Amino acid sequence: MTAEVTGLAPELAGAKEGQGSKPLTSASERFTSYDVEAFEVPSGREENWRFTPQRRLRGLHQTTTFDAAPTVSVTETAGVTVEIVARDDSRIGEGGVPADRVAAAAWSAFTTATLVTLDGSPDPVTVRVTGPGEGVVAAGHLQIRTTPNAQATVVVEHSGSGTLADNLEVVVADGSTLHLVVTEEWADDAVHAGAHHICVGRDATLRGVAVQLGGDLVRIVSTVDYRGPGGDAELLGLGYADAKQHLEQRLLVDHGFPNCTSNVLYKNALQGDGAHTVWIGDVLIRAAAENTETFEFNRNLVLTTGARADSVPNLEIETGEIVSAGHASATGRFDDEQLFYLQSRGIPEDAARRLVVRGFFGEILSKITLPELRERLEAAIEAELAVTGV
Amino acid sequence: MSTLEIKDLHVSIAVDGGTKEILTGVDLTIRAGETHAIMGPNGSGKSTLAYAIAGHPKYEVTSGSITLASDDGGRVDVLSMTVDERARAGLFLAMQYPVEVPGVSTANFLRSAATAVRGEAPKLRTWVKEVKGAMSDLDIDPAFVDRNVNEGFSGGEKKRQEVLQLALLRPKFAVLDETDSGLDVDALRVVSEGVNRYRAGGETGVLLITHYTRILQHITPDRVHVFAGGKVVESGGPELADELERSGYERFTKVEAAVG
Ligand SMILES: Nc1ncnc2c1ncn2[C@@H]1O[C@H](COP(=O)(O)OP(=O)(O)O)[C@@H](O)[C@H]1O
Ligand SMILES: [Mg+2]
Repeated sequence: MTAEVTGLAPELAGAKEGQGSKPLTSASERFTSYDVEAFEVPSGREENWRFTPQRRLRGLHQTTTFDAAPTVSVTETAGVTVEIVARDDSRIGEGGVPADRVAAAAWSAFTTATLVTLDGSPDPVTVRVTGPGEGVVAAGHLQIRTTPNAQATVVVEHSGSGTLADNLEVVVADGSTLHLVVTEEWADDAVHAGAHHICVGRDATLRGVAVQLGGDLVRIVSTVDYRGPGGDAELLGLGYADAKQHLEQRLLVDHGFPNCTSNVLYKNALQGDGAHTVWIGDVLIRAAAENTETFEFNRNLVLTTGARADSVPNLEIETGEIVSAGHASATGRFDDEQLFYLQSRGIPEDAARRLVVRGFFGEILSKITLPELRERLEAAIEAELAVTGV
Repeated sequence: MSTLEIKDLHVSIAVDGGTKEILTGVDLTIRAGETHAIMGPNGSGKSTLAYAIAGHPKYEVTSGSITLASDDGGRVDVLSMTVDERARAGLFLAMQYPVEVPGVSTANFLRSAATAVRGEAPKLRTWVKEVKGAMSDLDIDPAFVDRNVNEGFSGGEKKRQEVLQLALLRPKFAVLDETDSGLDVDALRVVSEGVNRYRAGGETGVLLITHYTRILQHITPDRVHVFAGGKVVESGGPELADELERSGYERFTKVEAAVG
């Protein structure tokens, strides 16, 4: 286990050259492009690739061709419009631009995208993304957008088998509020490299929860970009890595407008040999972003030996006129002393472990407003705990 | 009525490149209804005895026995039980250094412990009242139930939490390891009253480990044992504590040095 806290902006080093030999000095210089050929094949030494085991990416970091697309299913209801659109649809790309080769490869390859528009106050919507199946490599594209002043809740569930590279654009229109839960509930074989491009409009609110449970390797690169003043983004995350699982979350919150807030809290639990979580949290407050309020925090709970949590929070401030800015990272071990203490009060070992893990995730789960989803995720966490046998 | 019997207990811990024997043959018998004080200098092995009774995995019992005997002739081998089984069998350890458990609220912890020890979940309404009452008895701010177990608590607050658990779990035998240390005069009185309420609540045995005699002015022991070099070197009535107060541990540590 390591808890790593460094001062330099990660994520950004040498994206274009693909070498990482010339680290950029700031997240604001991060290279982005829709074109896969604009990125070199990463060697694995680059800052934004150094934690990802490339041998387990099934060639995603090299390929420009894909076998298939994932299956996307979503039910149209009042206030919810579902469209299958071509690459040249003018709305594609509004959310953001790929910042690494895998996201650009998926972007260059997709033929049609699923576009879900939320208008007014629709009932909660679930979008199911199913992997292409074992041995198949797919590229996908999904966009979720609100209309101005809409109030909506969307759950994006990822499940199934296979290898997937995709882009998820989230366009939160002016004055609207979007509750967004994205879950990674893959089968054991799955590899998912996803990019989330989230843009938050003027006086808009995003309440996001990212859940990483399944899969052999999951790497999500999220960018939150404000498109006007008064935006508010809460980004919560919950991950549970078990033996040999690699769960990676890279986050850039880019404050370019005044009076915006961001609140980031990601929690991971790890258990078993080779369980690995990576959390990179960059917050950039540009010169124009006066009166910014931001806090980011990553907490990791290591339940057994042999697990490793990497955590790199980074805060870059280009203006002196901010309300508050903070970042922190803490990796703790559920240690023998805690276990002994709980057991000495009569609580059996497995119940003690459950108590600690439930308590740890409670703060995140309580923010999920859909009771059925919350219960399903709680049950999934219990199931992870039951697997341990430790 | 039951009895806690400790016979010729030897306990070792792992140290660099081997093991080190800390307890060198402890003999001690406590009957329900009795309070025994164990007094001894720092490093004499008092906490080791407490942890060995509770079953801490770091402390290896190399020989001897710990037995819970009941009047009807039943005998339970404590050493063969897991830590949580011992607690459910009625043993309790108030720790010298209570452990912080981040992420677990005190309310959740207390209820989980009571459920485990009582064998069923206490009824919610009476439980909330019971916890509130026990907290108020110990001058604990009710807001503490929402805080994580011992996290960021002061030394004195942690000790009150230990006595709160004692009150709620009502064990047959309680080992209190320096529950008095780090308390100011008022806190010492409140905590002592808590222990005395527990003693008055039934046929319970108390093993009161302390470095100082001042808590014995609040909690009167039936027996006093002097602990040195990993065992009981002398036992007597409450008057033995007075002698220790006057002349310290020197006489006993010297004896130990001569023997060892
Ligand atoms: N976990 C441990 N690791 C190393 N040494 C220990 C440990 N626990 C106790 N000891 C040693 O055992 C001896 C007795 O310690 P302890 O039982 O804490 O004594 P007391 O409670 O009487 O002060 C001391 O020399 C102490 O350093
Ligand atoms: Mg001690």
